[in-house]
Amino acid sequence: MSRPAQRRPEYHKINRDLFVLTYGALVAQLCKDYEKDEDVNQYLDKMGYGIGTRLVEDFLARSCVGRCHSYSEIADIIAQVAFKMYLGITPSVTCNNSSRNEFSLILDKNPLVEFVEELPAGRSSLCYCNLLCGIIRGALEMVHLAADVTFLQDRLKGDSVTEIGITFLKKLDEKKYRRKK
Amino acid sequence: MAIFSVYVVNKAGGLIYQLDSYAPRSEAEKTFSYPLDLLLKLHDERVLVAFGQRDGIRVGHAVLAINGIDVNGKLFAIGSQLSPEQGSSGIEMLETDTFKLHCFQTLTGIKFVVLADPRQAGIDSLLRKIYEIYSDYALKNPFYSLEMPIRCELFDQNLKLALEVAEKAGTFGPGS
Repeated sequence: MSRPAQRRPEYHKINRDLFVLTYGALVAQLCKDYEKDEDVNQYLDKMGYGIGTRLVEDFLARSCVGRCHSYSEIADIIAQVAFKMYLGITPSVTCNNSSRNEFSLILDKNPLVEFVEELPAGRSSLCYCNLLCGIIRGALEMVHLAADVTFLQDRLKGDSVTEIGITFLKKLDEKKYRRKK
Repeated sequence: MAIFSVYVVNKAGGLIYQLDSYAPRSEAEKTFSYPLDLLLKLHDERVLVAFGQRDGIRVGHAVLAINGIDVNGKLFAIGSQLSPEQGSSGIEMLETDTFKLHCFQTLTGIKFVVLADPRQAGIDSLLRKIYEIYSDYALKNPFYSLEMPIRCELFDQNLKLALEVAEKAGTFGPGS
């Protein structure tokens, strides 16, 4: 008996606007709860981290990517496979330094900020999409890579493009997890 | 049943999920108060009943859990001991007369182990399917903490369904 290759038979397409609105509500509430932009950014990053640690397994299970052999391979996979799978966009990747451990993802379109015109007054250092940085950081940590992920440029802050910078710091020790008695 | 057991092992080597569908194996859960009327002894890294019998618990039964916490699972250590090559990263497949043990290790360090009849085919795709089920029903449950024992109904149900599908699709042996 052959079956069409479906994720799940009862998979429903959820309206993208609902997702964008939910994200917006989240950021708006965090802004009400915390006065300082750094706090809001930090909490977005933390939440993203929790999502990333779980999302990475879903990504690996469904995309069947194998083990990568270089940081640039990883950056390419994040941009071309992961972003495509989850947000439907494909950022372009550039390498920022000669030791090949700093990369930038340039986002042409960003569905999360579709309805956001500009940051409110007094919130000029808010990183609206910081959840994405946390997600990437959490996901990389689960595959034993420590990385620093931040927004280098943000259209909402007046820059010409939105740029996410990924700096690969080091490989985390896999053996740290083993032999725990 | 051509698929005997499924185990999920976390990064630290702890067993976070166990499913045994091999009919003859019986498990008993009993609440004891001190003093225990069974004599337990340590044998081969497992705690076995050495003397005493009560309500379906007999000599030779192994202790699987105490107060709900699993005491199994040092497969990596066993694997690297058994490996004929140095620097092995673990067992992928272990074949014996009575069963075949398949292990799939994800890039994040989670290991899925399936014990099946040697003639059962399609275990590789079953392991991938179990990985998908884990990423859906265990990880997307917001109240499930990573690395902890999996106690999600939906995970159980979908896993059993996947086992049935795999058995029907792949077996050439008796019993299905």
